[in-house]
Amino acid sequence: MAVKTLTIDDQLISAREEQTVLEAAREAGISIPTLCELHGLGDIGACRLCLVEVTGIAKLQPACTTRVAEGMVVVTNSQRLQNYRRMIVELLFAERNHICAVCVANGHCELQDLGLAVGMDHVRYEYLSPQCQVDLSHERFGVDHNRCVLCMRCVRACDEIEGAHTWDVMGRGTASRVITDLKQPWGESQSCTSCGKCVLACPTGAIFRRGSTVSEMERDRWQLDFIVTAREKKQWII
Amino acid sequence: MSQRIVIDPVTRIEGHAKISIYLNDAGQVSDARFHVTEFRGFEKFCEGRPFWEMAGITARICGICPVSHLLTSAKAGDAIMSVRIPEAARKLRRMMNLAQIMQSHALSFFHLSSPDFLLGMDSDPARRNVFGLIASHPDLARAGIRLRQFGQNIIEMLGGRKIHPAWAVPGGVREALTEDDRSAIRSRFPEEIKTAMTAVGLFKQILKTHDTEARVFGNFPTLYMGLTNPEGKWEHYEGHLKFIDSSGNVVADNLDPARYAEFIGEAVESWSYLKFPYYKPWGYPGGAYRVGPLARLNICKFMGTPLADEELGQFRQMNPGAANGSFMYHYARLIEIIASLERIGRLVDDPDIMHTHPRASAGINQNIGVGVSEAPRGTLFHHYDVDDNGLIKKINLIIATGQNNLAMNGTVKQIAQHYITGPKIPEGVLNRLEAGIRCYDPCLSCSTHAAGMMPLQVQLLSPDGTLLDEARRN
Repeated sequence: MAVKTLTIDDQLISAREEQTVLEAAREAGISIPTLCELHGLGDIGACRLCLVEVTGIAKLQPACTTRVAEGMVVVTNSQRLQNYRRMIVELLFAERNHICAVCVANGHCELQDLGLAVGMDHVRYEYLSPQCQVDLSHERFGVDHNRCVLCMRCVRACDEIEGAHTWDVMGRGTASRVITDLKQPWGESQSCTSCGKCVLACPTGAIFRRGSTVSEMERDRWQLDFIVTAREKKQWII
Repeated sequence: MSQRIVIDPVTRIEGHAKISIYLNDAGQVSDARFHVTEFRGFEKFCEGRPFWEMAGITARICGICPVSHLLTSAKAGDAIMSVRIPEAARKLRRMMNLAQIMQSHALSFFHLSSPDFLLGMDSDPARRNVFGLIASHPDLARAGIRLRQFGQNIIEMLGGRKIHPAWAVPGGVREALTEDDRSAIRSRFPEEIKTAMTAVGLFKQILKTHDTEARVFGNFPTLYMGLTNPEGKWEHYEGHLKFIDSSGNVVADNLDPARYAEFIGEAVESWSYLKFPYYKPWGYPGGAYRVGPLARLNICKFMGTPLADEELGQFRQMNPGAANGSFMYHYARLIEIIASLERIGRLVDDPDIMHTHPRASAGINQNIGVGVSEAPRGTLFHHYDVDDNGLIKKINLIIATGQNNLAMNGTVKQIAQHYITGPKIPEGVLNRLEAGIRCYDPCLSCSTHAAGMMPLQVQLLSPDGTLLDEARRN
């Protein structure tokens, strides 16, 4: 196991060569905001919140998909990055209809937490206010596209952990939507096993348990961790 | 030159009203209209949402009486699920509604209306507000504020927060009351009963010096509607609907609230965003009816608690048959505060409310759900049509203030006819027009009026539409 030495925020850090900058930073107690990343799922660098500055590379790099390298110098929290992160969160809020006060995930929402973390006291961009549907056709769960941020955690949890690949994404740009099977109503999906892993993975109130009312959607995400650890390491640790 | 007001629809209500007063050729008031100029749109944007969310969304209609919407919405949800909610939930919901009635009535009387009575209808408008009251009657003001706080505290203990608690849900409530909360509630009773009794005694004195107001503030015959229980007891959460006429005769009784559409019509006028509900068999506008504290006291046979029943007896003596003057809304409100306190006192000692399973679960078993309860300002209806998955297809809300719309218009006309004698509107008359509306404690005045001013606009118009005078506060 080769060890790489790098600098993150002026802190000299040793990391295993297969680790990402995000993992190395976390081990060193350095916090980088994330949204699409979820332990146990493959990283896709989709949300761009974990972008960091790497000396010698002009473009910002997503910490979740960038491997550590010897002598690498990383900055995780410059003013420039803070500005971009706030902009990203504002754009996420402007793209769909996120009404925290009446949301099932109010108080337990990663997007809401990010809004607070990046100091989003208002949104500078025009709200798109798209017409989005709510699908309650599934017996136990519902999906509200108004609250989806296209992090694709549901897609990955279903594909990588459950193996059903019920969820996927259709369309492009702001017209993108997560879908079940070939855009059937969720309740008519033949591949869905109703395991609920997508419900556990969702960072917002987009995927929820039917019957949930305001603020009731708390998720036991450790259950996903438990399954992944059990499968990969043959360790059943809670 | 006539003036046309163009309204740019806004998404929040509470606070913007307009009154037009029309003069005839002889320069006398021929008509007056009370316009509500806000557009809310709740009935539209709730479409497509899960019915479970309705309690949370519709509670946002109001910051003063969110509990009323919360409970009524939860009841409509119970109907869609076809469940009989656990007894603990039923009683806890009743307790929250009583706390809501009490705190809202305390706000109406102490914060909003009593400055008129205690400082004078014609007193300096800069001081004629709750702050002026604190300066001139500090003990009364403090007691009134504490009374309201007590109601808010009970709401907070039950729902986790004072405003917009997401607590009542289709099927019951989320959490029961703790033993500490029960003790805290019990400890405040003596003080709050005393405040309520002082206030009702004070109002009886006020009545003696305000006989003109009592005579011309919406004193005319209408029907009255409200919920009552099978024995005719004062009711606020369940039971059936009853209509009486202005002499106290029963017009209709034992009406199923869920079938409201058979006997309540909703008329629309081009000059107001507020609809005009009416009693269908009597037509529009002849079927005008009033709701709220005055109506509830008029239709009930008894209150069901000792102190409130004693006060109801005096109220009845003063107003045999039925009280037809809207000034009596204040009196009725104070009696309801006493009744609410007494009933909370009983509920808090009821062992049923400590059960730890206050929520029933079920799927979609009906495509239509109607919830009805008594809000502080009157009977509130929530009607939801849902698809088989529970998504709202259509929603109809009949709000208490709307049902008093015809009466509020009549009140404004009556006050204008009595006090306006020329093409000028003196400030004291403007205040009396406001005070006439304030009798109904309409929701639209809640937020702005609480700061001491209603952004009211009054226009005096000649027969050809010429604007003779205009007075406004904003």
